[in-house]
Amino acid sequence: MRTLERPFPGTDTALNILAACLLLISFAMLSRRRTQRLVTLLAWQGMVLFVSTLLVAHSSGRVEMYYSAALTLLLKVIVLPLILHYLINRLGAQWDTETLVNIPAVMLAGLVLVIFAFGLAQPVSVLATTITRHTLGIALAVILLSFLMMITRRKAITQVIGFLAMENGLFFAATSTTYGMPMIIELGIALDVLVGVFILGIFFFQIREQFDSLDLHHLEALKED
Amino acid sequence: MNTANALATAATTTLPLRMALTWVLAILALGVAGLARPNSIRLVARTLFAVGALACLGLAVLALGFLLRSQTPEVLILPLGLPDLPFHVRLDTLSAFFLLVLGLVGAGISSFSAGYFRAGEGTAPGLMGLHYHVFLASMGLVMLANDAYLFMVAWETMALSSFFLVVTQHRRGEIRKAGFLYLLMAHLGALCILFCFGLLHGGHWQFTFDAMRAARLAPAAASWTFVLALAGFGAKAGLVPFHVWLPEAHPAAPSPVSAMMSGLMLSTAAYGMVRVTFDLLQGRFWQWGLAMLAVGLFSALYGAIFAGVQTDMKRLLAYSSIENMGIVFSALGLALLFASSNMPLLAALALTAALIHTLNHALFKSLLFLATGSVMHATRQRSLGKLGGLIGRMPWVAGLALLGTLAIAGLPPLNGFVSEWLLLQSFLFTASLPHAFINMLVPLGAAVLALTLALAAYVMVKFYGIVFLGQPRESSLLEAHDANWVERAGLGWLGLACLLIGIMPQLALRLAAPVTAGLVGASVSLDGAFGWIAPVAAQQAAYNGLVLFVGILAIFGVTFLLVRLLAHGRLRRAAAWDCGYRWQTPRMQDSAEGFGQPIRHIFGPFFRMRRHLPAPEDPAPRYEVVIEDRLWRLFYAPLGRAVDWLADAVGVLQSGRLSIYLLFSFATLLLLLVFVL
Amino acid sequence: MTPAALLRQLAQIILALALAPLFAGWIAQCRAWLQNRSAPPLTQPYRMLRKLFAKEVVLADNASPLFRATPYVLFGTMVLAAAIIPSLLTDLPFARVVDAIALIGAFATARVFLSLAAMDIGTAFGTLGARREMMIGFLAEPALLMVFFNAFLLFGSTAFPNLVERYTRHPSLLDPSVLFSAIAFVMVLLAENARIPIDNPATHLELTMVHEAMLLEYSARHLALAEWASSLKLYNYVCIGFALFLPWGIASSTQHGLWVLPVSLAALVCKLLLAGGVLVTIETLSAKLRVFRAPEFLAMAFLLAVLGLLVHLLLGAA
Repeated sequence: MRTLERPFPGTDTALNILAACLLLISFAMLSRRRTQRLVTLLAWQGMVLFVSTLLVAHSSGRVEMYYSAALTLLLKVIVLPLILHYLINRLGAQWDTETLVNIPAVMLAGLVLVIFAFGLAQPVSVLATTITRHTLGIALAVILLSFLMMITRRKAITQVIGFLAMENGLFFAATSTTYGMPMIIELGIALDVLVGVFILGIFFFQIREQFDSLDLHHLEALKED
Repeated sequence: MNTANALATAATTTLPLRMALTWVLAILALGVAGLARPNSIRLVARTLFAVGALACLGLAVLALGFLLRSQTPEVLILPLGLPDLPFHVRLDTLSAFFLLVLGLVGAGISSFSAGYFRAGEGTAPGLMGLHYHVFLASMGLVMLANDAYLFMVAWETMALSSFFLVVTQHRRGEIRKAGFLYLLMAHLGALCILFCFGLLHGGHWQFTFDAMRAARLAPAAASWTFVLALAGFGAKAGLVPFHVWLPEAHPAAPSPVSAMMSGLMLSTAAYGMVRVTFDLLQGRFWQWGLAMLAVGLFSALYGAIFAGVQTDMKRLLAYSSIENMGIVFSALGLALLFASSNMPLLAALALTAALIHTLNHALFKSLLFLATGSVMHATRQRSLGKLGGLIGRMPWVAGLALLGTLAIAGLPPLNGFVSEWLLLQSFLFTASLPHAFINMLVPLGAAVLALTLALAAYVMVKFYGIVFLGQPRESSLLEAHDANWVERAGLGWLGLACLLIGIMPQLALRLAAPVTAGLVGASVSLDGAFGWIAPVAAQQAAYNGLVLFVGILAIFGVTFLLVRLLAHGRLRRAAAWDCGYRWQTPRMQDSAEGFGQPIRHIFGPFFRMRRHLPAPEDPAPRYEVVIEDRLWRLFYAPLGRAVDWLADAVGVLQSGRLSIYLLFSFATLLLLLVFVL
Repeated sequence: MTPAALLRQLAQIILALALAPLFAGWIAQCRAWLQNRSAPPLTQPYRMLRKLFAKEVVLADNASPLFRATPYVLFGTMVLAAAIIPSLLTDLPFARVVDAIALIGAFATARVFLSLAAMDIGTAFGTLGARREMMIGFLAEPALLMVFFNAFLLFGSTAFPNLVERYTRHPSLLDPSVLFSAIAFVMVLLAENARIPIDNPATHLELTMVHEAMLLEYSARHLALAEWASSLKLYNYVCIGFALFLPWGIASSTQHGLWVLPVSLAALVCKLLLAGGVLVTIETLSAKLRVFRAPEFLAMAFLLAVLGLLVHLLLGAA
């Protein structure tokens, strides 16, 4: 890793704050019940990612990071939320009232996960030399929290949102430890995610047609005894 | 501590120690004296208990003098005990501090008891007085003991005498059951302590504490000793999961005895823990501190939550004792954590918090238990659902209980707040610990503590509000009468101490300072103006109870005067308004179950709850909720079944024929001979 | 403690007493504007106080001395809090001896007394309110304590003057954890002051009341003191927020001269106007939660505050 020039003196503070925002959004997602709010939060998460990638790009002076930031803005802040909003409106799935476990308990579990993630990231972040290395723990925590959200929700659409949030966490982890993945991989992932959301959207319509609902517990009936 | 050195100082002066022993023996003699006329309330209760209060006071003054003046440990070998194994006693700052607690609180309880006991309640008063004073004296001996033998003898005497006090009303089945459970747990705990001492001698088979201090145990052995001590003393202190006996036994006893068990006997558990971990083991590993912190915090939260759902006032207080002992043990754990990380000043801060909280808990908990005693005498009720509105009928008891309630809820400027403030301050400094992982965990600990303290206030509002405020829930409460003046004196003494420590916390800090200096080699800074405490540095945090108290009084007074001067004082009494609703009955107030409902709702997973809800058309609707401890099913019930199974298995041997039994003995004898020879 | 310091202390108390009802009036005005109603005058709370002080007290038959003393206790603790929290200047002799933890203790005292007084008459609504208030309290109090813990970790003190002075001197200490603390604090503020997601200050429906239900039996001067105390409480909480998160403009002990006080007063008024607007916006945008949802809301505040602590320790320590 080459040494960095630091254009802004407060870049690391700003990145720390952005990382904290990311964590905050993840917790907000855990605590929200309405699906549309979740999508808005997801868009905000994308926005934070965009800003942080821009900052990292600026401070590391890597051109491909700018492309990566632009891609983030386009895909995660604009396109995917639009698709999801469209899906929600078409499917009439605005509400996701029932979480499987009550929300404070989920938040408590989230807190434990954060400690776990930090403990895990500690040895790795000591090795890394990027200015964003402190935030690896947060990136890991975001991934785990999104996973937790997927586990505790029942509706299919919230699971997709959780999946996308998890991808955001992965992306943040990549930028924070190694200044992002190689461009080609990143493009590939972006395409995968986009296609994935399309396919899942089609699935939703199929599921609803089959069961008249998007509640995932209907899928339990598919099990053969 | 060098033994020879200690003996040398002992040769010069042992007067305070001799006097302490004399006071303890005097208390014992009072108990025996009651046997002269065991059925005379006048002699036993009115006279002997009153004299006992004076003896306790003497003990307190003596300990106070020792803490403030000489402070050098004194040892003595008694011409008593087993052959070749005489009893050793020792008076040092730690034992003096706890003797002070014993004397101070014992004086209040004994004075209350002088007015409390009436004829025709359970055991004969003489016998009761004997148990009571033996109990008191054995606690004194526990604190003076300087070898494992005397300690265990005193410890077991304490357990047995308190058992007899618990089963005073032994004609009632549930009290016998509670007593049995208590005896069982007390013995299991004592067994752990016995094993702990068995490890502590370090291979020299010397059971004096001086020898144990000198023996440097291997890390593994030391850790086992610590675990056994935590289990043994934790069982006495009612830490989870050894807490089951406490809410059964404490309420079963007569109120002064409950006060003594909750206020004083639990303090001996804290004493024992400090003695073993800080003095004998010299607190070596941070893992011990973490374990103690975790156990303490969990017990504190557990106690507070369960106290919130109780419907019996004495059980509520008993659970609150679990909470408070949890707080004490978590403070001890924190002190251990700091001490093992070479931060003596912070260790002293946490240890001071633990010591002062022990003293505070002894004061306000005995005050509240005694107040429940007065309430029970006046109303014959102990269920919260049948009390209410007593503030009008028993103003003295209600007023003093209010003091205790505010103190235990941790409100400034009373004493409960002082120790909580110290403990929170020491939690604040955990971020400077050298272990990264603990740094992450301890904020969670602080959060749990904060939650517990806030819950304690909820619980105490429930207790006070339902017992003393509102409208009387039963018509019989209208005839309730206030406590007599002897009882008031006892309550007032304890209340006064609560207030005094609250507004002059540096008095308590001065008493704890020599103790922490002896144990962790530092003490909380005491300089600064009168009434001022600033444990680490004044720019970090300071608290002045006196200024706060004076400030509150001044603002209160000025407001009152201004309102009186500027506004008119017209006042008219009328029926309660209640939004114009006319048919107010006492049954419309929240019951104890109702007031605890949010806690049941929020902390549902902690309980096993069985609920009976009335049906809409039911002519005689009945609401019932039974809350059970999950640990009982998870931990004790399987254990009980295992013991039963084992007993059944052994029962196979029982055939009823004498010759078979003789055969067993004979075979055992043969086997032993083979082994030995 | 010099006479001058005492005078400054007194000045700040009197300012708080004067500004608190005005702030309540300002909030009522903002709310009316946002809801397209015509607003009451700014001095409406004063008029109400004057009217209440002039009325005759009607006391329930079985009211105990505790019930009559409680309004004074409430008022006294809130005035005490106003004396501790540096809203105008930091050189307060009182604030050096009563720190943030003791402030929480003072708030807890007020809450316990109010709940006890509500239970004193023994009406159904009173005990209901007391129970709910204690439920909110026991969740909000630890959250507030955690916010103060975080401030301690950042600035190394629990005494307000030191907190504020260190903050203004080192704004570079702006830490990600402040974000969490600030959100947790706003949530606690809303809950503790009977604001909208938890309680409705303007409600007339007894079953949904929390704070108002406890005051139902009070009248005349007692009610006036209690109302004044609750407006002071809101003012105090907002000032804690300023001290912890927006400390600029508060005169520090090193600044001397006559021009300091007008400047800090102007800063305080500006911040209050702003805070009122923000509070009303939050209140107007959110709906009142069911009582059973309130623990969830507060548990979230508590967890956010703890999370702030963790983020600080971990981002800072790594």
